[in-house]
Amino acid sequence: MPPTSAGALIDRDEPPISLYSSSRPRLRGRAGTIASTVSTIVVIGLIIALLASPSAAAFRKGFLDVHQMWIAFKGDPQKGILSVGKGFLLNLWLSIVCEIIVLILALGIAALRMTRGPVLMPFRGVAIAYTDFGRGVPVILVMLWIGFGVPSLNIPGISTQSPVAYAGFVLVFSYTAYVSEVYRAGILSVPTNQVQAARSLGLSAGTTLRRVVLPQAIRNVLPALLNDFASLQKDTAIVSTLGVAEAVHAAQIAGGVEFNYSGFTIASLLFLAVTVPLTRYTDRIMAKDRNRRLAGNGGAGAATSSP
Amino acid sequence: MTALSSNSGATEAEAEVVLSLQGVHKRFGDLEVLKGIDLTVRSREVVCLIGSSGSGKSTLLRTCNLLEPIGAGTIELLGHDLGHERIDPDAVRRHIGMVFQSYNLFPHLSVLDNVTLAPRRVLKRSKAAAEQEATELLARIGLAEKAADFPDRLSGGQQQRVAIVRALAMGPSILLLDEITSALDPELVAEVLGLVEELAQQGMTMVLATHEMGFAREVADTVCFLEEGRIIESGPPAKIFEDPDDPATRRFLQRIIEAGRL
Repeated sequence: MPPTSAGALIDRDEPPISLYSSSRPRLRGRAGTIASTVSTIVVIGLIIALLASPSAAAFRKGFLDVHQMWIAFKGDPQKGILSVGKGFLLNLWLSIVCEIIVLILALGIAALRMTRGPVLMPFRGVAIAYTDFGRGVPVILVMLWIGFGVPSLNIPGISTQSPVAYAGFVLVFSYTAYVSEVYRAGILSVPTNQVQAARSLGLSAGTTLRRVVLPQAIRNVLPALLNDFASLQKDTAIVSTLGVAEAVHAAQIAGGVEFNYSGFTIASLLFLAVTVPLTRYTDRIMAKDRNRRLAGNGGAGAATSSP
Repeated sequence: MTALSSNSGATEAEAEVVLSLQGVHKRFGDLEVLKGIDLTVRSREVVCLIGSSGSGKSTLLRTCNLLEPIGAGTIELLGHDLGHERIDPDAVRRHIGMVFQSYNLFPHLSVLDNVTLAPRRVLKRSKAAAEQEATELLARIGLAEKAADFPDRLSGGQQQRVAIVRALAMGPSILLLDEITSALDPELVAEVLGLVEELAQQGMTMVLATHEMGFAREVADTVCFLEEGRIIESGPPAKIFEDPDDPATRRFLQRIIEAGRL
């Protein structure tokens, strides 16, 4: 048989193929368990050895002093040390209140940006400018700007607010910009044929948005929303620049009075205690969502793909 | 046995005109998709639109319920000019049921909620009344036990039948079916076509865009052959399929026969 006969569609003279990987197979079963145990012991041993070494003594004393952590955590009024623990409650409270306001306002901004029609054109422009600004300028800059700038303006009723109010305003201002973009991505992720199906049933544009688009959009971006919430929770620390008695500010004071920075460590641990479970929860939701998508039968795929 | 559709009986001879199109033009940018469509659909009539993909079948259906605005011509629903400036598209769509190729059930709602959403939110039916009606309709198509399930638990054929019931729950004057079996696995086509046939027997007025020639021949009162945005030929299925006048129709049917689809 000639290598390629004229007009044939298939070349039958294929080179030999190999279907085997040249690298060693991965360790499995018992061998794998032993290997992972050994490597874990080695890594933990290295960390302990590093921390226990004489040259790390200063580090242990300055950052990991349990007694100092405790003083910073509960505070010491006689020395003028504020409680990091109490301060952290303010961080928590501020993040929850801000998050609720952000979720509502951002939805409004996102919906506004999705509208059509000439009347709302200038509002859309303002919304776009705002999201660009809110996402583009560092939170700490806005915080300094509002926190120190506004009180100096002497505007009755506005310049006399507490630093916590300014801080809350700034966090809401910055995060609404982010979250509105998350919502918008969610709305855009809903296939247009869902909208067409809803409109074909006689549902108005508003009802379609509320009953059909938003429920699907929010489910699609729930991980991103939770992510932004974890981020907002962390960023409440920036409030310390305004001298608000939250965890980071309290830790700063303790560090200055005691010449010991273990207060920062305890503050970090408190933040981690909130953000780590939150991100794990986000991961679980994402995994569940992925499984749900994969578990759907052929019909499920067809329901979301456009012809 | 409850009827799936509540069309009551004008006589065959002078049935009222449900939908009528005159000189309908539609263009997407440079591409003219509909080049002057005239079509009349009478009560209890089943009209099948056939023709290759891109001939304008889907666009034609989508102009009828105002999903696509038209460039020129008039569309009348039950004698009302849909081009009138004070026409409310939502009100028009209440009377026109539409079923899509890709089912488009709402994935976040149960089967029952899919069916009751529009009756409750648009017709302002009470939850109880809407659910009772929906349950009866679902029972009629043998899917009562799926009412609480979410669409992704259903086969494609079941989803498409729910989509048809969802449209019927609004009590439409006419159903537009846009290639509703094209996305289905072959073994699921029959259950959906069976339901459409049942609706036809019960006197539902329907316009179908379809590639199922055998089905069109069996169920249609009128078959329209579309090519490049025009209705080339229309008539009773016996005429169109056995003895078409136009050479374009003959060429199209010849290709269908060669592909073993007729």
